[in-house]
Amino acid sequence: MAKITFITTDNKTINLEGTSGSVMQLAVDNGVPGIDGDCGGVCSCATCHVHVAPEHVGKTGEASEIEEDMLDLNDYSNERSRLCCQLEISDALNGLVLQVAESD
Amino acid sequence: MSDSHTKERICVVIGASHAGVNFAFSLRKEGWEGTIVLFDKDPVLPYHRPPLSKAYLTSEDGIEKNLLKSAESYEKEDISLNLGVLVHSINREGKTVQLSDGRVQAYDKLVLATGARPIIPSIPGIDTATNVYPLRTAEDVENIRNAFHASSNKRAIIIGGGYIGLETAASLKKLGGIVTVLEREERILARVTAPEMSNFFMQLHAQNGVDVLTSKNVVAINNADGVNTVTCEDGSHFEADIIVVGVGIRVNLELAKDAGLHIENGIAVDETACTNDKDIYAIGDCTYHYNPHYRRHVRLESVQNAVDQAKVAAAAICEKNPIYNSIPWFWSDQYDIKLQMVGLSDGYNNILIREEESEGTKLSMWYFKDDVLLAVDAINNAKAYVLGTKFIKGNNKVDKLKLADASISLKPLNLLVE
Repeated sequence: MAKITFITTDNKTINLEGTSGSVMQLAVDNGVPGIDGDCGGVCSCATCHVHVAPEHVGKTGEASEIEEDMLDLNDYSNERSRLCCQLEISDALNGLVLQVAESD
Repeated sequence: MSDSHTKERICVVIGASHAGVNFAFSLRKEGWEGTIVLFDKDPVLPYHRPPLSKAYLTSEDGIEKNLLKSAESYEKEDISLNLGVLVHSINREGKTVQLSDGRVQAYDKLVLATGARPIIPSIPGIDTATNVYPLRTAEDVENIRNAFHASSNKRAIIIGGGYIGLETAASLKKLGGIVTVLEREERILARVTAPEMSNFFMQLHAQNGVDVLTSKNVVAINNADGVNTVTCEDGSHFEADIIVVGVGIRVNLELAKDAGLHIENGIAVDETACTNDKDIYAIGDCTYHYNPHYRRHVRLESVQNAVDQAKVAAAAICEKNPIYNSIPWFWSDQYDIKLQMVGLSDGYNNILIREEESEGTKLSMWYFKDDVLLAVDAINNAKAYVLGTKFIKGNNKVDKLKLADASISLKPLNLLVE
């Protein structure tokens, strides 16, 4: 099980717990604002963009090539950007803090 | 609209798939405090449809892993989800809908998210053939999976070489099937892409051991001892244990039509997704709407359009004055190929193909009308897809010579014409 914290664009903190599936699905199931996951988790829509807390990049690893490319021209992306449909929930993510990225 | 105005009001949504469900949640988000009632004839909790022909078909998962929203989410947002209920008719004067179980539901605002249903062609013998399925619902896929696993020969015939047919072919091949696609036209994907793209997918399927045959018009299906024989107009025959029909969809217009709403190539709506009745909106696959970027009316079969129109209608009902202004986008996954498409290519008169200098397949096709970029199809190339999106949205002029030169990287500054 992993406890995952989302910080929304208006600075609200949402603490969730998940055991399996993607971080995007956990966020969608719990109505985290700004995480839509319109494509269902296949890295096609970029509506689940988060910034990993600097001290937690080790937990998540870095973005894959397709995530980087999808966020290539995104005004709100940075070196800690991930599409959270690509983050599988496991014990390794316990304690993870994610900032929901802004979008236009 | 102040909140006190919406408290006593009722919004009824017919159809609970991508459009209807996203609408209901968006409406809450926009501040609607009244009742929200969703109806759908599908008895299953609303789910993502795109994975049906892809990951869902090849998995052994139940649909609960692909839900649009969890069951608790509906409760939390106080959205009344009524599944397995058919809406029989709309009474516009009385502002009610008649349900198939005899109940009558009143509305202040009504949203039609009725979607579409698969076309089952009237091929002689199709009614008596065994294991013939369309692919639109979770139940369809479960039927296909069960029939496939129960079959010893696993010969699958896919009628129709569009995206659904090709994705299904790739998935059944992955499961170990002997798969043949029969396309009536001279090339696959004829309605939606350029011939270059059709060729690419022909080769892709051939490399993966799927027979894709074109100019194959199926004229009869005969069944003997549980084995179907599919006969084409040119006299060729194919034996099939399973037949999947993917020849397109028909919009569910009947409710709207019977209610006297304006119909064209779908339910006609304005830029706020409103029909010609100010209290009735329509969203998603069933709508015929104006696309401001392409300056014409279109009907789109896509998740993105369903979600976008859902948001627009929700904002409009809450009097936020939204305007629909989206560039359409689509995707398809087959084998290890990820195809991402943006824009509408109809009317293109020249096409530019760019192949990246990288390992593996990575290419993009850029559709132009003269010098105006209309659409991009990107294969394993999300960079081209996002760049194309930016250029189309911005009405940017692109330097075609540079774009065609794979040694020049895909960056806006490299490719724009001043």
